[in-house]
Amino acid sequence: MAAKTLYDKLWDAHLVRQNEDGSALIYIDRQILHEVTSPQAFEGLRLAGRKPWRIDANLATPDHNVPTTERAGGVDEIVDPVSRIQVKTLDANCDEFGITEFKMNDQRQGIVHVVGPEQGMTLPGTTVVCGDSHTSTHGAFGALAHGIGTSEVEHVLATQCLIAKKMKNMLVRVDGELGAGVTAKDVVLHIIGVIGTAGGTGYAIEFGGSAIRSISMEGRMTICNMAIEAGARVGLVAVDDTTIEYFRGRPFSPSAEQWDAAAAAWKELVSDEGAQFDTVVEIKAEEIQPQVTWGTSPEMVAPINALVPNPDAESDPVKADGIRRALQYMGLEADQKITDIQLDRVFIGSCTNSRIEDLRAAAEVVKGRKVAANVKQALVVPGSGLVKAQAEAEGLDKVFIEAGLEWREPGCSMCLAMNPDKLGQGEHCASTSNRNFEGRQGFGGRTHLVSPAMAAAAAVTGHFTDVRELMQ
Amino acid sequence: MRKFTQHTGIAAPLDRANVDTDMIIPKQFLKSIKRAGFGPNLFDELRYLDEGQPDQDCANRPLNPDFVLNQARYQGTSVLLARENFGCGSSREHAPWALDDFGIRAVIAPSFADIFYNNCFKNGLLPIVLPEAQVDQLFKEVEASEGYELTVDLERQVVVTPSGEAFAFEVDNFRKHCLLNGLDDIGLTLQHADEIKAYEARRRQEAPWLFDAIK
Repeated sequence: MAAKTLYDKLWDAHLVRQNEDGSALIYIDRQILHEVTSPQAFEGLRLAGRKPWRIDANLATPDHNVPTTERAGGVDEIVDPVSRIQVKTLDANCDEFGITEFKMNDQRQGIVHVVGPEQGMTLPGTTVVCGDSHTSTHGAFGALAHGIGTSEVEHVLATQCLIAKKMKNMLVRVDGELGAGVTAKDVVLHIIGVIGTAGGTGYAIEFGGSAIRSISMEGRMTICNMAIEAGARVGLVAVDDTTIEYFRGRPFSPSAEQWDAAAAAWKELVSDEGAQFDTVVEIKAEEIQPQVTWGTSPEMVAPINALVPNPDAESDPVKADGIRRALQYMGLEADQKITDIQLDRVFIGSCTNSRIEDLRAAAEVVKGRKVAANVKQALVVPGSGLVKAQAEAEGLDKVFIEAGLEWREPGCSMCLAMNPDKLGQGEHCASTSNRNFEGRQGFGGRTHLVSPAMAAAAAVTGHFTDVRELMQ
Repeated sequence: MRKFTQHTGIAAPLDRANVDTDMIIPKQFLKSIKRAGFGPNLFDELRYLDEGQPDQDCANRPLNPDFVLNQARYQGTSVLLARENFGCGSSREHAPWALDDFGIRAVIAPSFADIFYNNCFKNGLLPIVLPEAQVDQLFKEVEASEGYELTVDLERQVVVTPSGEAFAFEVDNFRKHCLLNGLDDIGLTLQHADEIKAYEARRRQEAPWLFDAIK
């Protein structure tokens, strides 16, 4: 039998029907629903008089709009009326159709891409979709996972399938050992800097190599999460013992009787020796430094000790124009030091970096230090109620609060500023999120993407600082 | 879904690469639970000088005179010319909904982000990929001549300029068929319900842990 990539195996295992025109029907094992991209899908079902195909394949939780401040008053006390309607609509739709939902004040509530794996809803070898582009996160577990639009959310609800076309295979191999202070976030920002924001368009990217294998499940999720920022809807990491161990004892994991059969099946979820990739990118782990984005696209990234680029040095006129426009929006000068960029706010959270390991890394840096005077606000927003509880059990909340950071309730928060957490015009933010697009974190806001440790270092020094200097 | 067969309309050039979905429709407008009404907030941050709020009357907001779709000569635009990686970023279908609600019927670019490209077809909006050199030529022509119109013919798979020059484009057969006939994907898929059920029965045997776990 021909050698297959992990993506080929996952595709083949879910193929319901292959049409002659190249399109296919693939089976979807899991769908996660949230309040922003589902209301029109449920409305579509109702209008057509359709029912969900399979209730037990779905899980819902509100995350994008929920306030991260005190919310004991429940959904009725969400101040923004449109946000309130959206959260209430999700609750009503899930109640009507019988879909399991972790409502806003359920301790299991959180960001969809934190909750799915945490509950064992996402499992190796599954297909996972959600009306959110960062669904690529779940590929960290050897699952075929990608974002879909609302029409497709409705399609999956109604048919348990998607009409899809097979993607191409790309392997990004990171070999070697990561330096101290260099995290999964730096790895993926570096990769995006190398292949570009559209470099992965049309591909499923498998991240492999010894450096990836040495990274924890949390870190692998961070990497796959940002595959979409390189243009790839799908990011993947092969299953190994780290993956399998992650799922022991999770609520929706296989039962004790099913476990051995499941684990045996999962072990097959690796690319075969000699499998052919359409594109291979090789990166040396030792060359990766802590990263900071300086522009308005995730590919506009540089190592912490570099200078902001100069558009005059760029030969491609469209790119030079892009750099000029980005520098103007970001209020930066060509050739200025990244470490001279002063911060107004710091955001530690999002589906990229709000898991327990992220919070531990940030806490380690701020411990015994204080948020710098020029930083107006430094937010820590855990990815789920369970992450929050774990962090509190470890005393991380106290470390953050003592250092002057705010400790919040779980949600998407300032990553996309649909709730009240947002940047003011012209403010610079060191953010552990995934997109530095214009206006993403608030009208006129200026986002710099970094790792949790680098965000923490920026919080306590007031400007970008090589976190390795604080670790000595 | 609305059919797309052939369309002729005013073209406008949006000359920037990597136009993301946050730019197409900023997040504060995603709170609507409807599919319609996003048009006035299409490209909100590029189009207006102030910060837009949901449910606001946009008629009296200060317009950015430099933004292409605000210029008199591009009023009534229905074919948008764009640069590479158009529609990158989030999966929000509100982006094609906003373009459609504004009156855009086709977008022409050297490349699109995957999810956005896919979402367009679900909404009767046609994304067309042409080689960079041809897109460049169209940018030059539209800027040089006021009232410049393009004809998009899906049946023949060509974009035709006012001088009659035709540029061929590729489109997936299945998507073309659905768009030409205004077909509902879900209805088509449900014609294969027996195959889905057969697959599901097999899957239940092979991976029983994937069933009845989420309660």
